[in-house]
Amino acid sequence: MERVPLERKVLSENDRIAAELRARFQGHGILCLNLISSPGSGKTSLLERTLESLPREDRAAVLTGDIQTENDANRLKRFGFPVKQITTGGTCHLDARMIERHLADWNLEDLDLLLIENVGNLVCPASYDLGEAAKIVVLSVTEGEDKPLKYPSIFFKSDLLVLSKIDLLPYVPFDIDAAAENARKEHGDCEGVLP
Amino acid sequence: MGIANSVLEAVRTEMGLHPGTYPCKVGVRIGEMAAIDQEALRFCFEAIILETDLASLELGIEVCPRRHRCQICGHEFNVRDYDSRCPRCATFETTCISGDELELAYVEVEEYGASAAGAKSTQ
Repeated sequence: MERVPLERKVLSENDRIAAELRARFQGHGILCLNLISSPGSGKTSLLERTLESLPREDRAAVLTGDIQTENDANRLKRFGFPVKQITTGGTCHLDARMIERHLADWNLEDLDLLLIENVGNLVCPASYDLGEAAKIVVLSVTEGEDKPLKYPSIFFKSDLLVLSKIDLLPYVPFDIDAAAENARKEHGDCEGVLP
Repeated sequence: MGIANSVLEAVRTEMGLHPGTYPCKVGVRIGEMAAIDQEALRFCFEAIILETDLASLELGIEVCPRRHRCQICGHEFNVRDYDSRCPRCATFETTCISGDELELAYVEVEEYGASAAGAKSTQ
């Protein structure tokens, strides 16, 4: 019996492609953001409001991931920016190869901002680097302020926490200060915003 | 399932470098913060090797604790109860130094014929 040391990351192939994507984004001056949340937290709504408020000369594009349907792409296309749906066919996260494949017929010279909407899931997307400049986690107030404690990894790896559905605050028991405290326990530098 | 597949692909790639041997065990290191459930990984791994030439491949999992270093006092500590505050000076200004590993550590290989019970035909 011989033990052969491997000493490399399990997802080294994904990380290699993600590093190539990151270099391409930087080379073209593109800011790439990876939006992650539970299903139904409001990622697509946040993108709708974002695209609605962007001037057309801001050269933005969206890749949106789901297990099936083109629904999100159809919702987002009406703002006039390039949008492409990634249907994973069962996979619960996006990986770097999917991003690479769906960017193939876009000219990166034409883009300044690439928004990636991950598959709704707080677990697996945390493990897959997509070449983004930052991960943004969306937490809706109906989910409870203990989400950062229940799903620590994604809150640990995200640079920004967006609290959504805050218009429901008068009707649901959600303690914003406790949520912020829980997020900071996971990630001391994590910034929080209310849209 | 994607992780289990990546582990198996890595083993197959590595075995290409060791002709005349077969893999008995692959070892992975998983950090507490890697968002990987051990049992789920084991279940997926066993499902994908079933009825393949690697059906007897064993999966070894080493769990790595989440460790942080305080940027103020330099104290290094294991994070407990998901609270990354420094236990010495209570600041949140701590950085993670380990605990998000998702790494292939080793593969144990055996020469064909070395162990009658484990030897398999390559067909």
